Amino acid sequence: MDLYNLTAHELASLLTKRELLPIDICNSNIDRINGVEKSINALAHFDKGLALERSKALNGLPIFIKDNICVKDELTTCSSKILKGFKPPYSATVINKLTKENSVLMGKTNMDEFAFGSSTETSFYGPTRNPWDLDRIPGGSSGGSAAAVSAGEAVWALGSDTGGSIRQPAGLCGVVGLKPTYGRVSRYGLIAFASSLDQIGPITRDVEDSAMLLKIIAGHDSMDSTSADIPVPDYVSLIKKDIKGMRIGIPKEYFIEGMDKDVKAAVLEAIKKLESLGALCEDTSLPHTEYAVAVYYVVATAEASSNLARFDGVQYGLRSEKIKSMIDMYKKTRQEGFGDEAKRRIILGTFALSSGYYDAYYLKALKVRTLIKRDFDEAFKKFDAIVTPTSPTPAFKIGEKISDPLTMYLSDIFTISANLAGIPGISVPCGFTKNNLPIGLQVLGKPFDEETILRVAYNYEQNTEWHKKRPKL
Amino acid sequence: MSYEIVIGLEVHLQLNTKSKVFCGCSTDFGSEPNTQVCPVCLGFPGSLPVLNRRALELGAKVAIALKCQIAKKIRFDRKNYFYPDLPKDYQISQFNQPLAQRGNIAIILGEKEKNIRVRRVHLEEDTGKLFHQKDSSLIDFNRSGMPLLEIVSEPDISSPEEAYLYLTALKSILEYIDVSDCNMEEGSLRCDANISLRKKGEKELGVKTEIKNMNSFRGVKLALEYEAVRQKDVLEEGGKIRQETRLYNPGKGVTEPMRSKEEAHDYRYFPEPDLAPFDFGEDILKTIEKDMPELPEPKKNRFIKDYGLSNYDAGVIVSDRETADYFERCAKLYKNPKIIANWLMGDILAYMKEKSVHMRDLNLKPERLSGMLKMIDSGAITGKIAKTLLIEMIQTGRGPEDIVKEKGLEQITDADSLEIAIREVISENPKSVEDFKGGKDSAIMFLMGKVMQKTKGRANPNKANEMLRKRLKGDA
Amino acid sequence: MAINKDTVKYTANLARIELSDKELEHFTGQIDKILGYVEKLNTLDVAHLEPTSHTLELKNVYREDVVKKSIPAEDAVKNAPSRENNLFKVPKIIDTEG
Repeated sequence: MDLYNLTAHELASLLTKRELLPIDICNSNIDRINGVEKSINALAHFDKGLALERSKALNGLPIFIKDNICVKDELTTCSSKILKGFKPPYSATVINKLTKENSVLMGKTNMDEFAFGSSTETSFYGPTRNPWDLDRIPGGSSGGSAAAVSAGEAVWALGSDTGGSIRQPAGLCGVVGLKPTYGRVSRYGLIAFASSLDQIGPITRDVEDSAMLLKIIAGHDSMDSTSADIPVPDYVSLIKKDIKGMRIGIPKEYFIEGMDKDVKAAVLEAIKKLESLGALCEDTSLPHTEYAVAVYYVVATAEASSNLARFDGVQYGLRSEKIKSMIDMYKKTRQEGFGDEAKRRIILGTFALSSGYYDAYYLKALKVRTLIKRDFDEAFKKFDAIVTPTSPTPAFKIGEKISDPLTMYLSDIFTISANLAGIPGISVPCGFTKNNLPIGLQVLGKPFDEETILRVAYNYEQNTEWHKKRPKL
Repeated sequence: MSYEIVIGLEVHLQLNTKSKVFCGCSTDFGSEPNTQVCPVCLGFPGSLPVLNRRALELGAKVAIALKCQIAKKIRFDRKNYFYPDLPKDYQISQFNQPLAQRGNIAIILGEKEKNIRVRRVHLEEDTGKLFHQKDSSLIDFNRSGMPLLEIVSEPDISSPEEAYLYLTALKSILEYIDVSDCNMEEGSLRCDANISLRKKGEKELGVKTEIKNMNSFRGVKLALEYEAVRQKDVLEEGGKIRQETRLYNPGKGVTEPMRSKEEAHDYRYFPEPDLAPFDFGEDILKTIEKDMPELPEPKKNRFIKDYGLSNYDAGVIVSDRETADYFERCAKLYKNPKIIANWLMGDILAYMKEKSVHMRDLNLKPERLSGMLKMIDSGAITGKIAKTLLIEMIQTGRGPEDIVKEKGLEQITDADSLEIAIREVISENPKSVEDFKGGKDSAIMFLMGKVMQKTKGRANPNKANEMLRKRLKGDA
Repeated sequence: MAINKDTVKYTANLARIELSDKELEHFTGQIDKILGYVEKLNTLDVAHLEPTSHTLELKNVYREDVVKKSIPAEDAVKNAPSRENNLFKVPKIIDTEG
């Protein structure tokens, strides 16, 4: 059996039984990287020597980190030219937590530039390819993390999710991706895209790994004012309870015209499976779903326009060579350093906040956000969880949507609401299309009730075989 | 045509917390460049702010002292603009829901009082410091993230003099509550001014200019005086005032437009998503209120009532907390507070001003001052001698009795000694004597002066005067 | 049309991004299309609603006024594109240019 196909919890138990050394796992990943990375391009920064050195010193599992999470003195570039060479003088809180568990930090995964995208095509380091079909995108923006886990280059990885950036690529790559409740995991050291929406979360091979990794990274952090001081339960033991009598809502707005019929069939099949496991599934409505994308692209870009102002060539990263004055330094550096999507979003967000447009765009979007949040508040009075498809379609072709931003944005239509409402969501594999492309099932839960969505996902997964499939590479 | 001046002031006050407003870096002055910085105050990607509780409490203290209403819900906003001393290229500030609003500060104009309304008080972070070289600029971020309180007045100020009085009154209040060093030269208190003119009687405000770069209260006054005249000249020549920012040039004593073209600012304020909202519970506010010292205004009223001081005298004495404390300590030791006030506001303040000494460094124990006053009352020394004695006491730190004894400064009251001096004066000044006899009563003042001169100021003035008159009249 | 070239140009300048003519053309069309889509928000009556800028109901998250260790100046400036004696160096600024 190939080690690179095992889950983290399987590897952890082999380590405990001393049937394996950390370096064996590291080597299996490195072998795999040597074999497939050239065709997948999942990694942004990887130093083989350093990885080996660390795995000799530490008695833990190797992990890959999305390129927007700060690791002290190591390249952290958001896969953008503007952060070329940037090595932060500090580590993110999640990194410190992983280090405490003796995790072996392997390197950084590729992503859409500053997490702006749903396809990992906007990276300065070139697109990542979907391990199930190299002509297709892996999803995004945590496409590198999802592809690396799917392809066996990584045991598990961290991603970040602002509008679906963990769940959507996990769904499209056939792995498990969890976006925790806003405030569950510290954002300290996560290079912000949209501060009121961003969360770090695990991308793993199965649900138990997801529970394990969430347990490590979650919890209150005094360095993050938006981190909730709520105890973190022992997810791994709790998710193994059955789901008999659990009330699950199926919102009709998530089964729209134009969605892929294989996706629809797989999700409906999955719902039947949940019912067969004792869950009480019932149709429901989240009436403001159709406004989510519009709200998101105003709120998220507005926050991003401010968060990305600091990339100005003064303290770190790129500074244009062609400058004569200070204003040049700003404008030329940002012209050269940001890719198209980043520029587009910064301009859009700046516009939404600018004088004369604030009320019509930004304020209005925040008010509609209230409606979207209320939809969920209402639904969760009746249901323990909500089940939907993760994405309306399977992975699309590289280049297919890149020149049409709006169409690209609409591919996040099922994942965005959870970020706007601050609730947790998980994507778990639920089948394949006729073309053998993975399909994801999304389970959404109440704030700080990751336990329940993990439990639904775990029960579903353990009664299906999808998560055991691996791409042929 | 006559114009009315309309002025509003924006004061930025550095609060004296130990650590910065959103991170744990020290607020000490004078450290090596970029040694009091961390990812947060450097605005490094991924870093997040956490509010220093003390900064908000000090802000609330100021708000209470300025009689503002403290907001039920306090929020922070981002003010977005690009500048190299602003590490995130936005400043965490307050826009829609500031810490406090609607206060006022009383200023004294002669014997009258005027209320200047305070529009708002809000908390924000300071920027880094730029150093300009020949062809580059350097940035030190040690100051970045220091807690700043912005205090904005309504345009209620009607003259440069009132602006000066507003700042003095504000500083006095701030020093009472001990929230800041209030040092304009060192930059812990900064002031920008908005000024416009309008024709007398008109309601509508004229076009205003914003004046920056004043580094003393006097500088604020001078800059505004210059700017008021400049605007008047422009208007009288039929010109229009351009809305712009002007820099005060203290060397030339003029305001000058900034050299670069100025764009309309669009700060794109929006709620700071990295911070939760804040509120002060009733109990916290009560605790802060309880900790407040007696402020200048109530203290003044008490001084008028308890010590019988005039409105003016009380105002001058309470304008400095330490002077007021000194006065009260003396008042416990000496029965006539008005006399203490006279000495304090006269010789003592004059000495302090001349030598640039602050009350806290004044080497004059209340016991010594009251001792001296008692010696005057008992007739042991004359008021004139006391003036010299006071300076001697301050300079040597010795008690009044010691000095009087050693230097032989006791008052001369015995008739024989006085008689000798008077006789000499009369014989040496026949002209004045003639004048007096001719009905020119004021000549006696001159002769008295001579008597004092002869006795080195020690002659009991009443007795000497009486004897001198008797003598002059007796001769007649 | 929700937005025109002049507005995009003005906005890009606020955001301190230089745009080539080609970029300006390109972005104006795309942003206009996105804003056109966003206009669907106008079909909702939101007058009576409170805005949600944050989903967490946290308040009063403070730290105490305690000094923590800063990072060394060398670490602060080591990523800087230009520096001089532990200070960040930028092109000469005239008054408050920008």
